[in-house]
Amino acid sequence: MEDIQRRLLQKSKKARLEQIGKTVSFICILFIVVVVAAIFYFVMSKGLATFVKDGVNFFDFLFGTEWSPGTVGADGKPLTGALPMIVGSFLVTLLSAIVATPFAIGAAVFMTEISPKIGKKILQPVIELLVGIPSVVYGFVGLTVVVPVVRRTFGGSGFGILAGTFVLFVMILPTVTSMTVDALTAVPRHYREASLALGATRWQTTYKVVLRAAIPGILTAVVFGMARAFGEALAIQMVIGNAAIMPASLITPASTLTSILTMGIGNTIMGTLENNVLWSLAMLLLLMSLFFNILIRIIGKKGEFKS
Amino acid sequence: MIESRDLHLFYGKKEALKGINLTINKGEITALIGPSGCGKSTFLRTLNRMNDLIPNVTITGNVLYNNENIYNPQTDIVELRKKIGMVFQQPNPFPFSVYENVVYGLKLEGKRPKEELDEIVETSLKDAAVWDDVKDKLDKSALALSGGQQQRVCIARVLAVKPEVILLDEPTSALDPVSSGKIENMLFELKHQYTMIIVTHNMQQASRISDRTAFFLDGKLIEFDKTKKIFLNPSEKKTEEYISGKFG
Ligand SMILES: Nc1ncnc2c1ncn2[C@@H]1O[C@H](COP(=O)(O)OP(=O)(O)OP(=O)(O)O)[C@@H](O)[C@H]1O
Ligand SMILES: [Mg+2]
Repeated sequence: MEDIQRRLLQKSKKARLEQIGKTVSFICILFIVVVVAAIFYFVMSKGLATFVKDGVNFFDFLFGTEWSPGTVGADGKPLTGALPMIVGSFLVTLLSAIVATPFAIGAAVFMTEISPKIGKKILQPVIELLVGIPSVVYGFVGLTVVVPVVRRTFGGSGFGILAGTFVLFVMILPTVTSMTVDALTAVPRHYREASLALGATRWQTTYKVVLRAAIPGILTAVVFGMARAFGEALAIQMVIGNAAIMPASLITPASTLTSILTMGIGNTIMGTLENNVLWSLAMLLLLMSLFFNILIRIIGKKGEFKS
Repeated sequence: MIESRDLHLFYGKKEALKGINLTINKGEITALIGPSGCGKSTFLRTLNRMNDLIPNVTITGNVLYNNENIYNPQTDIVELRKKIGMVFQQPNPFPFSVYENVVYGLKLEGKRPKEELDEIVETSLKDAAVWDDVKDKLDKSALALSGGQQQRVCIARVLAVKPEVILLDEPTSALDPVSSGKIENMLFELKHQYTMIIVTHNMQQASRISDRTAFFLDGKLIEFDKTKKIFLNPSEKKTEEYISGKFG
């Protein structure tokens, strides 16, 4: 009798434990959701205040080329043109992705198709190490190595889009490479076998079947790299020169949304236009990262392998 | 046409083929039967050197194809695999359109005029008895077809490169009886154009379509003879026991 009672009690203990577990994890999830929603609300309300409260025209903000929120222009409106930063951000992002993609594909093909042994033993750990290096280190190396090299080869100050592109390229390369490796290894073995059995060489099999079947995965990797490049602030701020003017060339100082944001946010007063318009930049960044995320989802859905 | 001589194969230390001597005649269907794990697939894959892809495989002995040892270091494996095509157990079309699947092997050798490709696609798909199913879906993904249709497209893909020999590793075991029957009939039709070697667990299938049957057991070739003889009057006791379902 007592035995049964005890066992029953034990069971209910387990059941209670499960209930507690469920509640705790639900609270955690709720907390995350609330935090994310709060961030969105905060950034959006601050960012929109520029247009609602301070009466800045949204299109002047998006397409204006003069940025100096503290001063007013000839038409009596504050100079809040964010186009130089928008262009800067997109330029460094696209250029670094364009340069990184072939390198990443080449490295990934080597690691999966040509020499998996060396790939697994040497390259994989190196890449994992590179992913973990904090961005300030990349920025510092960019500042002490890349900028002087650019200065010596192309003249000018060395700061600018080119130096920024190079630093971002090195920064996103490991991530893009390891995701491309994942995409290639996810291509089922039987595609390779079928191709080889039809008399294809290894190389033909790689580029006609493996790379082709992995296109969605590779695209996901590249977009992921772009998202990282777009959001990177510290390293890029150290090498781009931070001049909020339309980039005249790849080697003149320029700026990105992130670099202006990190430079300015501590030096402005909450609630003023100067501060609010920085929040508008943050809003743009947030919307872009949302866009990258959705893009990755869409591509990922298309690229799933059946069976 | 194909002759294996004292063929041994080791996966690491494990001996999977223990000295196989087997001669395959031109224009015949040879069936390989035997219980699971006896080495049928392994033997089949030695014939187009697909085992080369697996690490730690050691092979001794010879496989002669048209009197040339294919394990000779000078053998052009790519050429060999064009001559000896292979159909796998699981239908494995590429994630491309039906048309691109069929022309894949042809395009490896370089560009060809579109009309010629179109014609080969049509005859290959007709030979593989799948033309009527897919003629309106040539530009649709092959993965959208049924398993049986996919397998026949895979066969068409092999036929398109005009091999001399076709190796089939349980080509119908993943399919329903109707699709299996269609493929069986089709193989029977193609018999005059190709030499075929088929691994099967289905005794009826072996007896219906093959000319000769080889019975494998535990890495050894136990008996190899005319299919009729194997099924009606085998000389080995083991063969008889296997065929009558006593083990396997
Ligand atoms: N890649 C491999 N590595 C190690 N051992 C293997 C490998 N492939 C097959 N073997 C072993 O070799 C033996 C023969 O395998 P094989 O696949 O040729 O058998 P099978 O006759 O085709 O069987 P089934 O009818 O199940 O397909 C088995 O014992 C198997 O475990
Ligand atoms: Mg098998």
